[in-house]
Amino acid sequence: MTALLQLENVTKVYRGGLFRRRSTVALEDSHVTIGGERPTILAIAGESGSGKTTMGMLLLGFIGPTEGRVLFGGQNLWQAPKATWQQFRREVQAIFQDPFEVYNPFYKVDHVLTVPIAKFGLAKSRAQERQLVEEALINVGLRPEETLGRYPHQLSGGQRQRITIARALLLNPKVIIADEPVSMIDASLRATILRSLQGLKNDQGISILYITHDLATAYHICEDIMILYLGSVVEAGDVETVITEPEHPYTRLLVGSIPWPDPNRRWGHAEEVAKGKALRMATSGCKFAPRCPHAFEMCHLARPPLYRTAQSRAVACYLYRESPMMEGSAISTVLGVNERGNGSSATRAGL
Amino acid sequence: MSGVLLQVRNLQVYYGTDAGEVKAVDGVSFDLPRGLKLGLVGESGCGKSTMAMSMMRLIKPPGRIVGGQILLDGVDLASIPEEEMRRRRMTDISLIPQGAMNSLSPVARVRDQIIDGIKDHDVNLDKADLHRRVQEVLESVDLDPDVADMFPHELSGGMKQRVCVAIAIVLRPKLIIADEPTSALDVVVQRQVMQTIERLQEEMGISMILIGHDMGLMAQSVDLLAVMYAGRLAELGEVHEVFARPIHPYTRLLISTLPTLGQRGQFSGIPGITPSLLEPPPGCLFHPRCPKAEPACSEVCPTLIEERPGHWVACHPNGRA
Repeated sequence: MTALLQLENVTKVYRGGLFRRRSTVALEDSHVTIGGERPTILAIAGESGSGKTTMGMLLLGFIGPTEGRVLFGGQNLWQAPKATWQQFRREVQAIFQDPFEVYNPFYKVDHVLTVPIAKFGLAKSRAQERQLVEEALINVGLRPEETLGRYPHQLSGGQRQRITIARALLLNPKVIIADEPVSMIDASLRATILRSLQGLKNDQGISILYITHDLATAYHICEDIMILYLGSVVEAGDVETVITEPEHPYTRLLVGSIPWPDPNRRWGHAEEVAKGKALRMATSGCKFAPRCPHAFEMCHLARPPLYRTAQSRAVACYLYRESPMMEGSAISTVLGVNERGNGSSATRAGL
Repeated sequence: MSGVLLQVRNLQVYYGTDAGEVKAVDGVSFDLPRGLKLGLVGESGCGKSTMAMSMMRLIKPPGRIVGGQILLDGVDLASIPEEEMRRRRMTDISLIPQGAMNSLSPVARVRDQIIDGIKDHDVNLDKADLHRRVQEVLESVDLDPDVADMFPHELSGGMKQRVCVAIAIVLRPKLIIADEPTSALDVVVQRQVMQTIERLQEEMGISMILIGHDMGLMAQSVDLLAVMYAGRLAELGEVHEVFARPIHPYTRLLISTLPTLGQRGQFSGIPGITPSLLEPPPGCLFHPRCPKAEPACSEVCPTLIEERPGHWVACHPNGRA
């Protein structure tokens, strides 16, 4: 069965500067698959500039790829007829980071919910429209009588974010792209919202792409994770093993820097990678090599391919070159395996 | 050099609005021993940034310090004349502001922004000495000395943050107040900047108040933890103690919301929303959301008492059980 939404060999280059001479490769030769047979939550994680938001924008059809194809139900989205786009806009929904900027302050919050109903002709009467809106709100744990008829400033950030989730749900989507949905929300509400996302997957069978820099929440709500570094996937696999036994040196740095809320488990002072920041240099080698404590000659010469270190894990690093190599397009085969950490330590090459 | 550096006593900071008075900070008291780091944690709108700004005496109208004392080495910062306060900023107490990356001037070189503060405090140094001082301070925050001649737009977020740290420590203050110093940074950069701040704080014996909403970051860096709720302190104690044996129901719930590296999927939210400070509920401000609330909680507001040695809590006995 073809997955609902796919990126195939997608590269996105942003051009800027005078006469568009400066260019930034935001995403390079990427493959992502979302919305397969079984609903899942897939996390896309990485630091700012890793290309995770670009990936979300491509999947939402807001920007077109420079190279490669965006497939919706197996069809190239950018050559698809209007009817396909109409269906695409219905089945793929977005939740954004900032619940404060999504709203027009002059309209009541009802507006964001009634517009999609009108646009897609979901209701035949006022009463039916009202019923749809109320159902959507109840679905995300809001009481309609406390929410409807209010202006955005009268609601808390958490309530507003849940209304954007309600809006996404109105159209019965198959896939939701959530770009940092909880990063602006207090801890007390964050869990509630993440729970509602999880509920969408379990109860309504919606697949979710969870774009985040917060590995701690990804660890809790996702099944699979892909780690991006400067536009390339460095590691992908089952979230539990990736976070508890990171393999790629960059993932290890990232996981080692998570501020876990446990004073007995502090960051080590002995740093693996003391300094250095992400450098966007034209390199034919591994992009992480300039910062990598394990880098050797080969790393600076050619970009490492993906090595399949376990059934549910792919790592783009020469340290694992004894494992079988795999094509980038096969990356979705390591996801959704969920074999829960056996065999992943079998090929811990030279460490 | 031991003992208590900072004593905050019954601090009250109110904002006058058209709709009435907002008690953003209402009767906060705590002591900070010399050389230690205190974390002040709370949800948005609980008054933690107001605390930072009032300790710097930078609260602007309609906000004002209504009452209480801020004793830094015995001197009450809340009541000294403005000119004296101006001289004490940066030399005694300095601030790493929230969103420090946006608090640098975009049109001045880093060097001039560092020197500006030194000159303003009548430190008489000749050009060569100033130059050396800038180099030293940049090195101490792990920046390349070349950064001195750059403009802020040439620096990354983490580097700008380091420049702000450099400006804050250049006159060797006794106390640094860091208001969400790393909230806009990536985890890796956040860790690097926090470790630089901690190293300086240890080397120079500076005390620190770290303000933020990230309990994880607090667990990583501070010695003492104060939990604030709706303008009041709910709990205060040694950080390991507060995490291991929280007393206040709010602290307990807050800790349960945190994603830990244990069993996956084990975290929950706190029902309800923070109260409006314009019309605060009667009694304990947390009682409408509290799972342990009893009738008494909606009548009397609990005061901060020392439940265990060094571990303070503001809660009626039923909640503490």
